[in-house]
Amino acid sequence: MEKLLALRMGGRMRAHRFNWRNIRNELLGRSMVTACGLLIIVLTLFLVLFITSQGIALFRDNGVSLTEFLLSTSWHPDRIDNPQVGAAVFIVGSIVISLLALLISTPISVALAIFMTEISPGLGQRFLQPAIEIFVGIPSVVYGWMGLSVLVPFIKNYIGGMGFSVLAGGLVLALMIFPTIASIAADTLRSLPGHYKEASLGLGATRWQTIRLILLPSAVPGILTGVVLGLARAFGEALAVQMVIGNSVRIADALLKPTINLTSIMTMDMGNTVMGTMWNNALWSMALLLLLISFCFILLIRRLGAKGAMVK
Amino acid sequence: MRLKKVIATTLLVALPFIAAGCGGGDKKAEENKQPAQVSGSITASGSTALQPLAEKAAQQFGQKNPNAKVIVQGGGSGTGLTQVAQGAVQIGNSDIFAEDKAGINAAELVDHKICVVGFATIANKKVTVDNLTHQQLIDIFTGKITNWKDVGGPDLKVVIVNRPASSGTRFTFQKYALKGAEEAAGLGLQSDASGTVLKTVSDTEGAISYLALSYVNDTVKTVKLDGVEATVDNITSGKYPIWSYEHMYTKGQPTGLTKAFLDYMGSDEVKPLIKQLGYIPNSEMKVSR
Repeated sequence: MEKLLALRMGGRMRAHRFNWRNIRNELLGRSMVTACGLLIIVLTLFLVLFITSQGIALFRDNGVSLTEFLLSTSWHPDRIDNPQVGAAVFIVGSIVISLLALLISTPISVALAIFMTEISPGLGQRFLQPAIEIFVGIPSVVYGWMGLSVLVPFIKNYIGGMGFSVLAGGLVLALMIFPTIASIAADTLRSLPGHYKEASLGLGATRWQTIRLILLPSAVPGILTGVVLGLARAFGEALAVQMVIGNSVRIADALLKPTINLTSIMTMDMGNTVMGTMWNNALWSMALLLLLISFCFILLIRRLGAKGAMVK
Repeated sequence: MRLKKVIATTLLVALPFIAAGCGGGDKKAEENKQPAQVSGSITASGSTALQPLAEKAAQQFGQKNPNAKVIVQGGGSGTGLTQVAQGAVQIGNSDIFAEDKAGINAAELVDHKICVVGFATIANKKVTVDNLTHQQLIDIFTGKITNWKDVGGPDLKVVIVNRPASSGTRFTFQKYALKGAEEAAGLGLQSDASGTVLKTVSDTEGAISYLALSYVNDTVKTVKLDGVEATVDNITSGKYPIWSYEHMYTKGQPTGLTKAFLDYMGSDEVKPLIKQLGYIPNSEMKVSR
């Protein structure tokens, strides 16, 4: 087997060295890949530049102060005189719903990851992993439609309120981000050095003690990476949340009250407002805000990743 | 080896496009023998309410004029008006008059009214109220009336299902049903899709909203305004006020293919399509705005 492999590799290497056509192909391929890579970098830069230039127009051209935009809850962009574009309601909505989703999703996802890797790896590999992958592939509009047809009536009939609520949004998002957190947590647990577990068991710790005291603490950076990725997805999700939170422009004072978030107001108003007006600019500023938030999340993930590498 | 595969796959993927390109060329050559027709390509973008009609009409138009291509895109009324004013598209579709949209220089745009769309006030089936006066409707949407019992209905909390503030439907409703009164902020739910509005109103007790006539069905109750029912006859005769035009705007007077398409939109050939999709043809209106 190994001989065969060596022979094949040798053959390939010879071909590389002596066949000028192969060299040309190699060069062609390399330049193609490089061009694609550069294209993506340039595209990203342009995207960031474009959103930034549109996003600061509100403060530059319309004279809205940053504090007013971030802290005011008064959203009346349709008023003819003295329109107001305070985005605090949307920012608070996004934060509250995403955090609620994390609160529901994280314990369940971590428990699932432990079950898949430590308690029952066979079942995990054969059934749970594929099931989680299916969850990732479901389009968000389906989650939203399910939420609207099943979850909203359920909350209305058995818990209270109108059904459209922060709770509904949090639950739908929790379902959407659990695959992210669970699969990253499971990967981290699997990649822990085997001797951690062996040493712990060798010292006489039970399986549960090993999981609780050795494996989980060592996997914390990886699990946190999953949590932040989940949070990033929760923050950016638009359609599914928009369908179940009711989109009332006010800060919810209870879990069963409707509210609205950044992505919902953007998808609802973007197409109907005119480019260059204060209203449209305010939506661009929200887009910029979302971009900045996701940058922060990425930085956070990088730091966590570096920390995780050090533990190993 | 692998690289060859990549190239082969790329070619395979590209082949249909190349073939399609060639095929198009062939067709053009054939059609050139026929008498002179409009040709070229124009784009219409904007209102999603007008989109289904515009798409179907563009299809019919394309069958009649194989050399001409009318591309219809959505994006919303604001996008349509912005793009036509910028010259990015030839036709901007809008639910409302360009004069009513902030940030648009309406003077440089020419309005082409395509058809009329009527809106009904709808309520959840548990609401027994059949009729609301203008004033009652205003009081409900501004938050002064919060229980259906105040307008002769059951003891049910009023749940308003609104459109986003930028929506053309909301603008029309606010202007002609609420007589311009500003709805109270944060009151009730908001939804930007007609299908979702219908579902929400039919599922939520005490819900009230408004919907284009073509979307209304018997899962909800339609409410009369000042005793007048929202029917096509009442709209065309001017008895019922909540309706608006669907507009196609051009920058300056239309020429060439754009003019031909707009003429076609106003012709009798599109009339059955307009009725079939739940709109009202302009020619049936006895009143105008």
